[in-house]
Amino acid sequence: MTKTIMIDPVTRIEGHAKITIELDERGEVSDAHFHVTQVRGFEKLCEGRPFQEMPSLMARICGICPVSHLLASATACDALMAVRIPQTALFLRRVMNLAQIVQSHALSFFYLSSPDLLLGMDSNSAERNLIGVLQANPQLARDGIRLRQFGQQIIESLGGKRIHPGWIVPGGVSEPLDVKKRDAILAETPEMLEIAQRTLTWFKTVMSDYHEEIETFANFPSLYMGLVNDEGKLSYYSGKLRIADASGRILVDHHNPEEYSELIGEAVEPWSYLKSAYYIPYGYPEGIYRVGPLARLNVANGARTERADREWREFRQHGVVSSSFHYHYARLIEILYGIERIEQILSHPKILSKHVRADAKPNNFEGVGAAEAPRGTLFHHYKIDEHGLITWVNLIIATGQNNLAMNRGVLQAARRFVHGERIEEGALNRVEAVIRAFDPCLSCSTHAAGQMPLEIQLARADGVVVDRVMRG
Amino acid sequence: MKPAEQVTVLKINGDEVSAHADQTILDVARENGIEIPTLCYLENLTEVGGCRLCLVEIKGAAKLQPACVTRVREGMEVATHSSRLDTYRRKILELIFTERNHICSVCVANGNCDLQDMAAALGMDHVTYPYLNPSVPVDLSHELFGIDQNRCILCTRCVRVCAEIEGAHTWDVRNSGINSRVFTDFNEPWGESQTCTNCGKCVNVCPTGALFKKGKAVGERTRQIDFLPYLKTMREELK
Repeated sequence: MTKTIMIDPVTRIEGHAKITIELDERGEVSDAHFHVTQVRGFEKLCEGRPFQEMPSLMARICGICPVSHLLASATACDALMAVRIPQTALFLRRVMNLAQIVQSHALSFFYLSSPDLLLGMDSNSAERNLIGVLQANPQLARDGIRLRQFGQQIIESLGGKRIHPGWIVPGGVSEPLDVKKRDAILAETPEMLEIAQRTLTWFKTVMSDYHEEIETFANFPSLYMGLVNDEGKLSYYSGKLRIADASGRILVDHHNPEEYSELIGEAVEPWSYLKSAYYIPYGYPEGIYRVGPLARLNVANGARTERADREWREFRQHGVVSSSFHYHYARLIEILYGIERIEQILSHPKILSKHVRADAKPNNFEGVGAAEAPRGTLFHHYKIDEHGLITWVNLIIATGQNNLAMNRGVLQAARRFVHGERIEEGALNRVEAVIRAFDPCLSCSTHAAGQMPLEIQLARADGVVVDRVMRG
Repeated sequence: MKPAEQVTVLKINGDEVSAHADQTILDVARENGIEIPTLCYLENLTEVGGCRLCLVEIKGAAKLQPACVTRVREGMEVATHSSRLDTYRRKILELIFTERNHICSVCVANGNCDLQDMAAALGMDHVTYPYLNPSVPVDLSHELFGIDQNRCILCTRCVRVCAEIEGAHTWDVRNSGINSRVFTDFNEPWGESQTCTNCGKCVNVCPTGALFKKGKAVGERTRQIDFLPYLKTMREELK
C-alpha cells in the first residue's frame, strides 16, 4: 500500500530533487536514482543578447555562487574579445573567486552538513539544523557564520554587493582595489585562519564516528577532474585541466579548458533534467568522474600555501581519497587554502594598480571560460555573430559532472542502509547525506529556482510505490 | 523699443502664477518649482506630447491635457497632481514596462535610467497588466553604438535630436501603435546607414538603455546632454 510520510523542515540542499529507490522481490534495493525535476533554460534565453551582458545575465543563474558564473562568463567574453586581461585584474578576480569558495563551503559545511556531523545521522530531525548546532556547540556555529561573513564581505567590498556584483566584466574588473578595502580584508585573515584550522581539528576528531558512512557514501573508484597550475598544484582560476584515475595516475594534463569538448561528453537520461557528464575516451557511463573539493585535492600535487599544503599531505597520505564523505574534509582544507591565498594575493605589490581592464571589440566568434566553482569545474562556452550578439551557449556545471557519481552513491548508501518496505528516518537521512556531501547546486545545474523539497520513493519490483517520504 | 510683452496670469495648484502667453504649462510649472513628471520631453527639443506622463487637469476641460504642449491661457486653473493623475501616471508606466522587455538588472542603464527613476518616483512597485514579451531585435551593426529595441519607449528623443540638432534625420518611427519601431534611413541596419554621422547625440539623449555605447557592461552607461542648449543656440543663429 502506498504511504506518504511528511517530514518538515526543508532538507539541507540547494534546488529541487527527488530520489527513487527500487526494491527487488526479496525487498532488497536493486536500483536508485537521483532525479532533478526542473529546467530553467538559461542557455536558450540569452541567445540574441550582446555578449557584454553575459556575465551579469549568467550570474542570475544562482544566488549562491554568482561569482563563479560571473568569472567563467567574463573569461569566455575575454576569449571572444581575444584579450589578455591586466595582471591586477586577474589577481582581483582570483580574490573574489576564493572569497566565493570560502563563503559557499562555509554554507555547505556549517549550515547544511554540520548538523549531521555534530548531532549524528540518527538524531532528532527537528533539532538537526543550524539552531541545534548553535545549542550543542555554539563555537562551531559561530565559526561557520563568521567564515561565511568573511567571504561575503570580500565580495561586497570588491563588487559593491554580496549577490550578483557587476564588478567582473569582459576584459577585467570595473574598479581597482582601494587600499582601505585591502587593509580591512587583511586585518581579518588571522582570525579566519584560526577558525579554519580549529574546524579542521574538530572534524578529524569526529571522523572516526563515521566509519560506515565513509565506507558507503559514494565510495568507489572513479576519475577526478580539476584545474591545476603549471606545477600541478591547486588552482581555481586560469589553470589547466587535469584528469587523474582512481589510482592517482594522470590521464590528461595541461589540457586547455577551451578544448573541454574533446574530454567531456554529456548524456541525457529520461528521468532527470540534469545532464550527466562523462569522460569521452571511457564512454558513457564508464567515463564517470568527479569534480569539486575532493577531486581537486585528488588531482593536485599539493597547495602553494603553507598550512593548506600541510593539510593536503595529511589528506592524501594514503593516496587518492575515494569516499565522497570526504568532500567535507576537502572543503575545510579548501577554506584554509582560500584564506591563505587571499592573504598572499592581497599582499602582492601590484594589487592596487589602477590598470584593471582591457578593451576590445569582438575578435573571435567563439569563446570558452572555465573556473573552479565551489562545487567543481565550471565551463561557459559562447558563440557570437560578427556584431557580438550571442548565437549559441553551452554551460557545463559542476553538479552535472558529479551526476553519475551521485546516482551511484545513492544506490550504494541505499543498499547498505535501506532494507524492506519501510524507510527509517536515519536511513533516509543517510541517503540524503550522500547527496549533501556533494553539495549539489541544482539551481545552477538545471537553472531551477526555489527551495528544495526532497522526495524519496521506495518502489517494489512491479513498480508500485510502497513508501514515500517528503521534505520541504 | 520692444512692445511690452503680454503677461498671462493663471493658477497652478491654487497658486497664482504669471507667464508669457506663448509658454507651455510645463514651462511655467517648472519655472515656479512645480515638478510635473515627463519622459519624452527634453528641454531644447520640440515637444511632442508622446508619453502622456505630463497630463494635467484643467478646470472646465473634459479631457486631461499634456502640459508639455498645452499653452497657458488667461485665468486657466491647472492641477498638476491628484489621485486620478497619480493613478493614470502609474498605469502609463506599467503599460510602458509591459510593452517591451525591460530587465533592469542586466541593463547598461541600470542606475542611470529615466524610466527606472520615474517608476521609483511615482511609486510604480507592481505591474498589473500582462507582459507582452515581444520578440524585438538588437542591432549591434554600428561601429560605436548599439540599439536594443527591447528597451525603447518610443519617446522619439533620438528622432528629434538627430533631425533638429544634428540635422541628419537618420532616425524615424515606422508602423503604428504597439508595432511602432524607431529605425534608421530606409530600415537598413544602423551600421549601413548613409546619413548617420556617428555623432552619438541620440545615445546621449536616450532616456533608457535602448541606445548605448558598445562595450559597456551592466550599469556602465554614462550620458552627457549639456551640449543641447549650445548647439540649439548655434542653429538658431544660423537661421
